[in-house]
Amino acid sequence: MTEQLVRTRPTGGWTGSLRRGMERNLPPAKLLPDEQPSYVASWIYVFGVLTLTALLVVVGSGIVLSVRGPDWWHTSAVGHYFNSVHLWSVELLMVFMSVHLIGKFFMAAWRGRRALTWITGAVSFIACATTALTGYLIQQNFDAQWISTQAKDGLNAIGVGAYFNVMDFGQMMLWHVALFPIVVALVVLLHILLVRRRGVVPPIARAGAAGDRS
Amino acid sequence: MSRWPREAAEPDPSSFGSRPYDLVKEFVVALVGVTVLTLLLAAVFSSPDEKSMSVASWAKADPGDFTATALAELDGSSDTAGYGPPYNTAADGQKIGPFALAKTVGVTHAIDTAQAFVLTPLEQATQSPDVRAALGTYMSASDDQRGAWTDAYSTALDKAGDDPAKVTPGGYGPVPVLLSQLLAQAKSGSLDATLSAESGFYHSDYTLPLMFLADGSDLAAAGEQQHLAGDQWGMTNEVDNYPGQVWLIPDSFFYQVSPFDHSPNGDALVWAVMAVLTAVFLLVPFIPGLRRIPRLIPVYRLVWREHYKTHP
Amino acid sequence: MTGAPLAAAVAAPVNLNGPGHYVGWGIFHFSVANVVMVAVIVLALIAALLLPFPKGRDRG
Repeated sequence: MTEQLVRTRPTGGWTGSLRRGMERNLPPAKLLPDEQPSYVASWIYVFGVLTLTALLVVVGSGIVLSVRGPDWWHTSAVGHYFNSVHLWSVELLMVFMSVHLIGKFFMAAWRGRRALTWITGAVSFIACATTALTGYLIQQNFDAQWISTQAKDGLNAIGVGAYFNVMDFGQMMLWHVALFPIVVALVVLLHILLVRRRGVVPPIARAGAAGDRS
Repeated sequence: MSRWPREAAEPDPSSFGSRPYDLVKEFVVALVGVTVLTLLLAAVFSSPDEKSMSVASWAKADPGDFTATALAELDGSSDTAGYGPPYNTAADGQKIGPFALAKTVGVTHAIDTAQAFVLTPLEQATQSPDVRAALGTYMSASDDQRGAWTDAYSTALDKAGDDPAKVTPGGYGPVPVLLSQLLAQAKSGSLDATLSAESGFYHSDYTLPLMFLADGSDLAAAGEQQHLAGDQWGMTNEVDNYPGQVWLIPDSFFYQVSPFDHSPNGDALVWAVMAVLTAVFLLVPFIPGLRRIPRLIPVYRLVWREHYKTHP
Repeated sequence: MTGAPLAAAVAAPVNLNGPGHYVGWGIFHFSVANVVMVAVIVLALIAALLLPFPKGRDRG
């Protein structure tokens, strides 16, 4: 009798529930499937992974720049090259992300309980743009001077400038290399896990066809 | 999931049949490809590093503009002096309708322009007896007397085309001596150091020197020459021929059109519009009409054309 | 390494330094570099939609 009760009651406390939740929602076969639905047959699908890999190049070149500190790239040819890699990886990131975004919009990829996937993707876009802005602010050159003195007016207009001072190099440096990257990483991770959990959105049922519910 | 009945009713992806798809291989190939492409772009196009402007380079290149700006900081007529929050209470800051967010948050980074940009740098340096005397005279004078001196000097400087050397003698009190000494300190580079160091030995906050530079004309002229001003879509532009923050085109657009381009609350109003548009962007899946656009513009038929061949 | 040697070392085959180029229609005013980036996005999108995707073997 007692044994039966113990067996039927969920065990493991919060840890056990978290593990069961993960096993239910993201079993390894869902997390890393070796096949995809047969309708996944277009180059548009490649832009998600291109965005992710461009982000990794952004992070990688940013780490190299961080190792030697902010002055390095102004005085070293190697440093300047890594600054160029950082800039162009960001331009590629935004190009790939824009194509991914437009593609997913026209696939109405939020269908089938995928709204949160869309929202986390949209937040990623905004978080990347904001992180990029702080990058422009810590260049220690004319660009940084210009962009900070311009951006301050926009931020001051809504009271944000009182706490987020774009002319404070130290503060912007920490936001750019620590705080915003954490936000981007978490949102992108959640986005990818949601994509894997729900699977790739099925084709839109054509008007009049069976299953069309528009 | 009765809240989203139609959304929940989409068929399970696994019900369509499947094909082998190597995600890890795709990722590795993409990572190598994107890395190589970035390394090539960086090697071929490099990146800009336009030298920063310093108070010293500004004072040397345009001593007249420097002196006029320093005078404006001293008499409280500069942009910074009249800015309002978060720097001072000279104005209320921008509003969105009845909401004065800047004023509500208040002054968090107080700047007394006369003290911060002119008097403190003069007081902190070792000065000759005549400068010390001029500083003493200015500090002990009444506000009215100071105003009379700065007004007179401002008019005279204006008449002399901002060239202090051409100003005719007049009742300016100690003001010309103070500004001429500040110019000398600026040209020598010591003013850059003094302005940054007002917050202490270690410093990472460039608010003071940047605000001072931005109050002058030369920074603005350099920005406009590079098409970086707000009304030149400057938010999206980079110096020279490099691509800039192209993704800010929607933000930048509103700065070009009425009422945002001339309203004293332009920045705040653009923020308000962008906040609404951002909410729309995030909530596309729930907005009737907007979420139907993909069905009305059938780009999806191209994406899934293979699928529709076998599932008409 | 600063000044001229650094400038020589970082000199790129395609020099994007120097006065920028801009195009405009009415209120629109873009740098040519930004127009190129937008064109790249549009072309990549069109290519992704039109180019045939390699066929895999269907299962099930």
